[in-house]
Amino acid sequence: MTMTAKNNAVPTPKQGVKYLLGALSRKAWIWAYLAAGATYVAAILAGSGGGGGGIWSLLYVAFTFASFAVMVGIGQMFVVTLGPGNVDLSIPATMTLAGTVALKFMASDGALVVPGLLIAIGVGLACGLFNFGLILLMRIPPIIATLSSSFLFQSLAIWSNRGLRIKPPQSLADFATGGTVGIPNAALVALLVSVLAWVILEKAIVGRWILATGQNKRAARLGGVPVNAVHFGVYVGCAVLAGLTGFMLASFSGGANLNMGTEYMLMSIAVVVIGGSSIAGGNSNVPGIWAAALFMFLLVSMLNSYGLGAGVRLILTGLIIVSVVALASKKRGRV
Amino acid sequence: MNRDHLRILLPVLSLAILLAAVFYLQPRAMSYFGLNLLFNLAVPVALATIAQMMILMVNDIDLSIGTFVSFCACVTATFVQSDPVIGYAILLAAILVYAGMGAVIHARGLPAIVVTLGMSFFWSGLAILILPSPGGAAPDWLRAMMKAKPPFLPVAIIAPILIGLIMHYFVKRSSLGVLLRGVGGNAQAIERSGWSVLGLKAIAYGIAGLFGVLAGMALVGLTTSADANIALRYTLLSIAGVILGGGEFTGGRVSPIGAVIGALTLTLAASFLSFLHLSSDWQIGAQGAILILVLAVRLVFTRREALA
Amino acid sequence: MVVNQKGIGTGKVPIIALAGIGVSFGAVKALSDIELAIMPGECVGVVGHNGAGKSTLVNVINGRLSPTTGDASYDGGDSKADFRNSLRARNAGIRSVFQELSLCPNLTVLENLRIPYRKMPWRNWRGNAALAVRASLDAIFPGNGIDPYRVVGDLSIAERQMVEIAIAFSGRDIDARLVILDEPTSSLDGAIADQLLDYIGRFCAKGGAIIFISHMLGEIFKVASRLVVMKDGRILANDDAENFTRDSLVDAMGHVVPDAADVAAARKHKEFGPEVLRMENGLTARKGEIVGLAGLAGHGQAEALAQCFLERSSDWRATREPAVVFVAGDRGRDGVMPLWSIMRNLSLQTLVEFSRRFLVDCKGEKALAQQWHHKIGIKTDNLESSILSLSGGNQQKVLFSRALASIAPIVVMDDPMRGVDVGTKKEVYRMIRDEAEKGRTFLWYSTETDEILECDRVFVFRDSAIAAELTGDDITEENMLRASFEMQEAAP
Repeated sequence: MTMTAKNNAVPTPKQGVKYLLGALSRKAWIWAYLAAGATYVAAILAGSGGGGGGIWSLLYVAFTFASFAVMVGIGQMFVVTLGPGNVDLSIPATMTLAGTVALKFMASDGALVVPGLLIAIGVGLACGLFNFGLILLMRIPPIIATLSSSFLFQSLAIWSNRGLRIKPPQSLADFATGGTVGIPNAALVALLVSVLAWVILEKAIVGRWILATGQNKRAARLGGVPVNAVHFGVYVGCAVLAGLTGFMLASFSGGANLNMGTEYMLMSIAVVVIGGSSIAGGNSNVPGIWAAALFMFLLVSMLNSYGLGAGVRLILTGLIIVSVVALASKKRGRV
Repeated sequence: MNRDHLRILLPVLSLAILLAAVFYLQPRAMSYFGLNLLFNLAVPVALATIAQMMILMVNDIDLSIGTFVSFCACVTATFVQSDPVIGYAILLAAILVYAGMGAVIHARGLPAIVVTLGMSFFWSGLAILILPSPGGAAPDWLRAMMKAKPPFLPVAIIAPILIGLIMHYFVKRSSLGVLLRGVGGNAQAIERSGWSVLGLKAIAYGIAGLFGVLAGMALVGLTTSADANIALRYTLLSIAGVILGGGEFTGGRVSPIGAVIGALTLTLAASFLSFLHLSSDWQIGAQGAILILVLAVRLVFTRREALA
Repeated sequence: MVVNQKGIGTGKVPIIALAGIGVSFGAVKALSDIELAIMPGECVGVVGHNGAGKSTLVNVINGRLSPTTGDASYDGGDSKADFRNSLRARNAGIRSVFQELSLCPNLTVLENLRIPYRKMPWRNWRGNAALAVRASLDAIFPGNGIDPYRVVGDLSIAERQMVEIAIAFSGRDIDARLVILDEPTSSLDGAIADQLLDYIGRFCAKGGAIIFISHMLGEIFKVASRLVVMKDGRILANDDAENFTRDSLVDAMGHVVPDAADVAAARKHKEFGPEVLRMENGLTARKGEIVGLAGLAGHGQAEALAQCFLERSSDWRATREPAVVFVAGDRGRDGVMPLWSIMRNLSLQTLVEFSRRFLVDCKGEKALAQQWHHKIGIKTDNLESSILSLSGGNQQKVLFSRALASIAPIVVMDDPMRGVDVGTKKEVYRMIRDEAEKGRTFLWYSTETDEILECDRVFVFRDSAIAAELTGDDITEENMLRASFEMQEAAP
C-alpha cells in the first residue's frame, strides 16, 4: 500500500488536498491508527487513565507495552512478507529462552549487562539458525518447523530456568522500566529497531529482494535475487529480534518467566495483520505495526476498565483478528 | 508396492519399534491393564488427529484445534452434564461455526493459519467464560463408556481402531471422501466439474468440528473434569499425528488409519518418555524432537522415491 | 483414415451454436463476433497462434465463461448466456480435455472418473468406475496396460494424458456428444496419438462431435472434417477441411514471416567468438550466437534453460557481474512482480549493478528505467504505475529490459513471445539481433517455428535430450519436425 501511494504521479496544486486524502486513505495503516486513537479515547472515557497521571500515563504505559509487541511484530512482519506459508511460531519460545539464559548468566550482576545482552542475541541467532536449517535442509514447511522447534526451545528454557526467578541487574531493570525525556526507554529501543526495519524495507536492496521473494519466489530467483540468503536473513533476523525482546521484557518485568512469551505468539501475527501488511506476502509496512500494537494494548486496557474478564477479552481479540483479516482480503480482491 | 503402501509402512514401523522398546523396558506393560495405561489418552488424541486430518486434507491447517477441544471439554463437563439439551445445542452450534469458518476461509481466500489462530483465542475465551477454574464433572454415561472394560482389548485400543476403520471407509472409499481429497489434490478440477468447492470445504471443516467435539467429550470421560487449558497440546499433537501417519501438508494426501496410528504412537511416546524417567522438563521438547525426527526420516524415504 | 462427414448439412440440430459471441476482460477483447455451430458427426479442427483466443472459445463452449455479448445455444435450446451455461453444456454431453492436466494427482484413476461424473449411482461405484475407465481406455488406447486402481501421481505424463482423454470419453449417465480436445497429443508419442486419431474417426462416425485444437497441422489434416482458423479473437476462416492445403492454412493463420533473405544474409556474415557455454546434455553456445531450443512442447527445453540459469547463478549471493540473466515467458509464474510498479519490476535484476552500496540508488534506478522506456518503447506515460496496467506485450518488454539492462554475457529466454503481438515481436527480434552482434549470447526456447528460424544454431529436443543439432541452412521447419519425431519413428 505504501509503495503504490508513494509511486503516484506528482499532484497538481489544485488536486493537492484531494490527492493527500486519497493517498492517506490508501495507506492501510491509517486505519490502524484511527482504531488505536478511538480505543484510546474510549479507554480514557472509561477511566483506565484513572488516578493521577490520567491521559498521559495511559499513553506512557501503552507505549511501553506496545514496544515489545512492535519488536517481535517487526520480525514476524519480515517473515510474513516472504509469502504464504511463512510464519514464525517459535517467537514466544525464543523470547523465553533468550530471557532465561541471559538472566541466569548475568545473575543480577550489573557488570555483566553487555555480555548478557550479547548472549540473548546469540540465543536468538542460534534459534534462527536452527529454524532455517529445518526449513532449508529438511524442507519442513515453516509452520511445522518453527512449531516443533519452539517445543525444543521451550524445553530448553524450562531446563535452564529450573523454576528460579533471577532478578535482572538493578541498572538494567532501571533502564528497562525507566524513560528518557518522557518517553519510555523500551519505546526508544523499539523505535530504533523500527527505523532500521523501515530503511531496510523501503530503501535497501535487501528490502527489494525480500518484497520480490514474497510476491513470487520463483520469479525472484529467476530475476537474480539470492532467495536462500533472503530467507536466511529474515528467519535469523526474526529470531534475533525475538531474543532481544525477550531480554528486554525479562529486564522490564523483573525476571524471566516461563510463559512470558506466550501472548506474543498471536500478538506478533496480529500486529502484522492489523497493521495492514498483506498476509499473502510481498507487501508490508512498518508504521502500521506501531498502530496495531498500540491498538491491541489499548483494547485490552479498555476492556479491563469496562470490567470485562479475561474470557471476553480473548473472544474479542480473536474476533477482531479474524474480521480484520477478512476485511483486508476484500480490499486486495478489489484492487 | 505403491506410494500409499510405502507411506503407511513408516508409521506402522515406528509404532512397532516404540512398542517393542516399551515392552523391553517394562515387561509388565504387556497386559490388558498395562496397555490400557500406556494408551490411556489415545482416544481423544486420535479423534483430534482425525479432525486435523480433515483440515489438512483440503490444504489448510487448523491451529485452533487444541483450544477447540478444551472448549468442548468445558461444555461437556458443565452444560452437557447439567442441562443436556443446552449442552448439545452449544456443541452443535460449535460444529456449525467450524463449517462456517471453512466456508469463509474459502470464499474470501483467507489464510487458514491466521484465521484459526484468531479463532483459538475465541474458543479459549469461551472456555474461560464457561469454566473459569478447573472443575465440572463428566456425564455418567460418558464416564462409563470410556472406562468400560471390554474383553481382550481395552477401550483405549479398540476405539481408535474403530475410528480409523470408519474414517478409512469414509475418506478412501466413499464418493464424498473422493471429492474432499480431490479439493486438496486439484481444487480447480473439482470446480470445473461443477462441484462447489465452498460447500466441500465447509463439509470438511464441519466434520473436523464434529471430531473436535467428540475429542473433547472423550477427554472429559477419561479425566472426569475439565479446565480451559486441558487440551492445548492437541494442536501440535494432532498435526504431528497426521504427519507421522503419512499425511502431507498439501495435496490431499492423507491416511485416516495412518493418522490414528500416528496418534497412538504419540500417546505411547509420552508414556515411553515417562518410563525412561525423563524429567517432565523435556516432555514437550521430546515431542518436538520426535516430530522433527519423523519428518527427517520421511525426507530420506521421499528422496529414495524420487530416485527410484 | 476415413473422415466421416455425414453430419454436415443434414439439418440436424447443432450441439452448440454460437452467435455473435464476444468476450472481454476489462479493456482486452479476447473474442469478438464468433459465429460457430457444431453438428453431430463433425470433427472441427481449430488452429491459431498462441493468444488467438482458442482457449477462451473452448471455455465459452463448455460454459465456464459467460460471454460478454452474443448468444450460446445448446442443442437448439433457448439461447441465454448466463452462469448456468456450464450446466447446460454438461447436460448436452459436452466434455473437455484441457491443455494443462486437470486430474487430481492424489486420487486413483477410477476416483478421478468420479469427479466429472456428477450423478454416479451409489452402489458399488468403485467397481463400476473401474470398469468404465478400463473400457474407455481399452477402446481408445488398446494395449495401454494402465491399472484403474493406480494413483494418478504415480503415472507418467503420457499415461496421465491418456487417462484424462479416456475419462472424457467414458460412459456416464449423459453420453459424450461433443468432446473438446485441447492439444491432446502434446505428451503422447506418435503411435498412441494415432490410436487417438483413429478413435476420433470412429467416435464421429457414430454421431459424436469433436473440437480438436492442435499446433500439429499434420494431425489436424488427418482428423478434421472442418477447419476453423482463429486470430486475435476472431474466426478468420471456417470451411471444410478439403478446401485447405497446408500452405493456405499457414497463410490464413497469419505467420509472422521473417524476412527470409535478410535472416539468411545475417547468418552468413556472422562470426562467433569462443565457446561460452557447454552443458552436460551437449548444449553449447558461442559468444554472440543466438541458439534456439526447438522440439515439441514439454520435452525438456524449459528444464534445460532453468538448469542453465540456476547453475550459473547463486541462491546465496548476487554479484555485480552476473553470468546469466533470464527472460520469462510465463509472466505470471516466472517474471512479473504483480504488486510493483513498472520501474521496480524493470530494475530488479540490476539493483546490485547500478547501486554502489547497501541502499538502492534511486537516481540510477530512474535513469535506467527511462533509458529502457525509450529504447524498447514501453507504452506508458508513467513508469511508476503498476506493472499490471500494461498489456501483456508491454509487460514482456519490461521483462526483456530487466534482463538486457544487465551486463550478463548470456541471456536465457523461455518462450518469451507468448501472447505478444506481431509488432512487438518484430521490435524484439531486431533488438536481440543487435545485442547478439555486440557479443551477447542468447539461448532461446520457443514453441513457434518462425522464431526458431531466427536462430544461428538450433538444438532439437526430444524426451529431455538433444535429438539433433541444426546449423545454417539446415534450420528449416521440416528438419526440426523430423528431428522431433525421429526417435519415435525408429521405435517399434
